[in-house]
Amino acid sequence: MTRKRRRLYFVGLGLLGLFAATALILTAVEDNIVFFFSPSDLKARTVTADQRLRVGGLVEDGSVAKTGETVRFVVTDNAEKLTVQYTGILPDLFREGQGIVAEGRMGADGIFMASDVLAKHDENYMPPEVAEALKKTGHWQEDAQKAAPKTAQDTTTPPSSN
Amino acid sequence: MHKFANPTFFMKIANAVFPWAAGLSVLCFIVGLPIALVTSPPDYQQGETVRIMYVHVPAAWMGSMVYAVMAASSAVYLIWRHTVAHIIARASAPIGAMFTGLCLVTGMLWGEPMWGTWWVWDARLTSMLILFFLYLGYIALGDAFEDQERGDRAAALLALVGSVNLPIVHFSVEWWNTLHQSSILSMQGFSISTEMVVPLLLMVGAFQFYYVAVLVIRLRAELLAAKIRTARFNLAATG
Repeated sequence: MTRKRRRLYFVGLGLLGLFAATALILTAVEDNIVFFFSPSDLKARTVTADQRLRVGGLVEDGSVAKTGETVRFVVTDNAEKLTVQYTGILPDLFREGQGIVAEGRMGADGIFMASDVLAKHDENYMPPEVAEALKKTGHWQEDAQKAAPKTAQDTTTPPSSN
Repeated sequence: MHKFANPTFFMKIANAVFPWAAGLSVLCFIVGLPIALVTSPPDYQQGETVRIMYVHVPAAWMGSMVYAVMAASSAVYLIWRHTVAHIIARASAPIGAMFTGLCLVTGMLWGEPMWGTWWVWDARLTSMLILFFLYLGYIALGDAFEDQERGDRAAALLALVGSVNLPIVHFSVEWWNTLHQSSILSMQGFSISTEMVVPLLLMVGAFQFYYVAVLVIRLRAELLAAKIRTARFNLAATG
């Protein structure tokens, strides 16, 4: 075996090992990599009141209730729901049907007390006229389809399946 | 491939490509920028802010692509010891770092008005920041050794090891929950309107040709620097 060939195998095997090791590590620490949990994820795990975490999903239609500076709304992933309470300025994109991520703590009464609310948008950019036309002809795909958080089940299936 | 390892032959091709790349880059910028920044439509949700995309997305793609070029060249250098391959990687690093930095900065400017935050530690943003640090690390490591060749090899190895980050950058928005939206380009094509795809592709072209043109300029400088080093070395050996 020439030295070049030996180096080729060495680099190839080294990279293969490195990629495999990284894949294993990323799978193992998945809980720390996800930016937020969906309401379903939260239901599946025990959360203590002192744990700071983020919950993400869609703001349910008709669920936003404002009292002064405080706003309450329901976040859903189309399976489970969670009521969120937040005091402060909401991002411009915040509206019903929009994807959002709230950071805070779980209250004793099952209401999530958020200290920060971020808006999440999908990758379907289009001019306003096109959005209007799609809504009129009934071809409008709700933000729900794209911005909905990945739940534990559908992270394993390719995105094309939904 | 090994025919291109001859620096003289390689630079002959590179010099022939240069005027075309530079010209096409300027042309794409002249045609693309007005469409991207003025005549293309605003987004139904984001309004005029969507125009940041025409710089942000090409910069992000170039950040990853230039790194892929760097990693592949480094592999060729480590295995076959072709100096030209190493010089391509070395000359690409600052350009790739610039693209990645541009992506990070425009991303922050975009995130503040839309998401409501300049920065979050989600998988996409974090892996992109790591990509930026990999570029900086590569540049620093290459010049950190007394013996130039040891530095070259250490840097090439770092570039190869860092390539593990590329699939993470790309798939981060699919594998994990992130604040960052999914990619606008998938197997199903573009998820954005055609009026937006046209200026985007023009800007991608402008960035691509810019990279090629600047790469050739940097290759010339790197080869000259290598010649000077050899001449100095020979001078020191004879004198």
